[in-house]
Amino acid sequence: MTVAIEVDSLSKRYRIGQYQAAYGTLRETLVHAARRVTRQEHQRAAQEIWALQEVSFNVPEGQVLGVIGRNGAGKSTLLKILTRIVTPTAGRAEIRGRVGSLLEVGTGFNGELTGRENVYLNGAILGMKRREIEQRFDDIVEFSGVERFIDTPVKRYSSGMYVRLAFAVAAHFEPEIMLVDEVLSVGDAEFQRRCLGRMEQLGNAGRTVLFVSHALPAIAQLCDRAIWIDGGRVVGDGRPADVIATYLHQTHSAGTERTWPAESAPGNDLARILAVRALPHDGMPPGVVDVRKPIGVEITFRVLRNGKPLFPKIKVLDQEGAIAFNAMDIDRRWLEQTPPGDYAATAWIPANLLNEGSAIVEVAICSLDFPKLEHHAAVYEAISFEVLDPSEGDSARGQFSGQWRGVVRPLLEWTCERL
Amino acid sequence: MSRTETALDEERTAPDAGNAATAIPATAPGGAVDVESAARLVVIRPASRIPRLDVGELWHYRELLWTLVWRDVSVRYKQTFLGIAWAILVPAFTALIYVIVFGKFANFPAGETPYPSLVVAGVLPMQYFASALSLASLSLLSNLPLVTKVYFPRTLLPLAGVSVPLVDFVIGLPVLIFLMAKYDTWPGGWEILTAPLFIGLAVLTVLGISLMLSAVNVRFRDVRYMIPVFLQVLPLLSGVMFAVDQIPEKWQWILSLNPMTSVITGWRWAVLDASPPHPGQLALGVAVAIALFVIGLATFRSSEPRFADTI
Repeated sequence: MTVAIEVDSLSKRYRIGQYQAAYGTLRETLVHAARRVTRQEHQRAAQEIWALQEVSFNVPEGQVLGVIGRNGAGKSTLLKILTRIVTPTAGRAEIRGRVGSLLEVGTGFNGELTGRENVYLNGAILGMKRREIEQRFDDIVEFSGVERFIDTPVKRYSSGMYVRLAFAVAAHFEPEIMLVDEVLSVGDAEFQRRCLGRMEQLGNAGRTVLFVSHALPAIAQLCDRAIWIDGGRVVGDGRPADVIATYLHQTHSAGTERTWPAESAPGNDLARILAVRALPHDGMPPGVVDVRKPIGVEITFRVLRNGKPLFPKIKVLDQEGAIAFNAMDIDRRWLEQTPPGDYAATAWIPANLLNEGSAIVEVAICSLDFPKLEHHAAVYEAISFEVLDPSEGDSARGQFSGQWRGVVRPLLEWTCERL
Repeated sequence: MSRTETALDEERTAPDAGNAATAIPATAPGGAVDVESAARLVVIRPASRIPRLDVGELWHYRELLWTLVWRDVSVRYKQTFLGIAWAILVPAFTALIYVIVFGKFANFPAGETPYPSLVVAGVLPMQYFASALSLASLSLLSNLPLVTKVYFPRTLLPLAGVSVPLVDFVIGLPVLIFLMAKYDTWPGGWEILTAPLFIGLAVLTVLGISLMLSAVNVRFRDVRYMIPVFLQVLPLLSGVMFAVDQIPEKWQWILSLNPMTSVITGWRWAVLDASPPHPGQLALGVAVAIALFVIGLATFRSSEPRFADTI
């Protein structure tokens, strides 16, 4: 089988903060020399980070490869190197075939130019030949649905039209290798949906796709294989379902309880989260809860100063990363400015709501800055626990013992009458 | 959520993203694959120590260069009332001021050429140089989204920057032709054929400087403030408002270190039948231009790998 992407011990080093010192401008050099004299140079080492370390993998032609990992793990750096936007510090990669990427949607659009002109401009930037764009021009315009405005400068477009036209160009670009960074493509939901659709389509058409995403269900569904990058290294490689399971197990086995020392507690100058824990259930091992009982998630947080009405919020995800629900405390006490001090709030997840399996809880201390929910302190993947059904016939699955799917598994009230 | 699961509840057979796929054009996959690109192999390596210009790659991206030039030309006078007329008005007004200030009051030496023709023939290449320098030196920054999101040889951006004002230059030529007709100073003969070469020298000079400045500008935004100062003195150092052969010879040589002096003197000789450039001074100017280009290219290429990280 032909290899489309061959990555061989790729490494990338970034210097943070002191970036310029390394390149010797006069002023920076002087500052740096002074530091060396005063023996502060050890800071240098701490300010170098390896975004990627010795990453190696091959992608056979036609494979749809998913890349997972938490924020800052190096996924985006990998993609930037493969799209040649940044150069690696060491290592080597070979790419056979024309590369396109969905993170470029709308790149280089110029507001002064008309839709028509921008199609040509954007196409050329993506790497299309003029001839190719001409061939596809009518399709692109039809697909974008902005026929009537094609000769209007795009600065007069609504943002929806703008994105539709941009996406139409990208969707008609046919690279042999598609690189998609869903993490970077901060489009609206519609846009993300289209990206996924486009990706699936390219995958089905036998194109090689490298897909970076936080949406684990999408990876599980669309990819033939997944690699997991953590700390700049490939730490998992294999069937998406397996890799995702290991990833979740590793990253969410943070446990049922986490505490932070006050000085390094997550948060800003307004609020910090000191501890999060899932309240244990009697007769259950730690980290495991009974599906039939309410689950308490306790958040201890500190309000540092008067400022805003703050309230705690939780988000519960299932083991595939799908959101089960968001919930926040809507009690009236949070409508007033929250006075400084320590608080312990417990969210009670009703009994018989979550399905069996792992549940991941994100917690946040928010304020409502209409129309936004401002997060002052937030811990993603704060804690996780296993939901267990002892199968005694009184849960939502009744006497049934097979697989029972769904993010939630409520015990509904049924009414029935004989007619 | 693997599709091979043998679940009893079959209601979830259609994956969510399946619906999205219908929104995509059916023509997109399986279309013609570009034959040229099918064989393309890209090797990604750490930046090499020795900077070099990959001409083959530039050729591969020639359509993009053309597109960038076309974009900048079409956007240049958008939403201006007078539009492209500015390409004529700017050199005309500049020349008018020079003629009044330096010709009438200061009595700058013009040799045998009528002063207005002399000035306009100097202002046009200088105007080109000034526009090209500003445009090309800031080109990496003004194309920030491209630099951080798409790969292409970054050299294209300064290259497009120095190409765009050539359009203005050509449009400004009628001002000169008008004066040539008015004072009846026509090109001497075959010298007119060398005119493009002198403009080529201007392009080479400004490209060299812009390559250097645009690379520097990625890290130090000081460039933006340096350029106007530089452009204020440059006309005086290039002989825009006087004939170079009319000043003391020592100064002629000093001015010849500036390639734009050779450009302007040579261009006047080519189009106005003015006195020919001194061969030694011309050679000096060309040598400096080539040196600037080589240094500029080396600076640019050696800092190119870090553009996206630094910008």
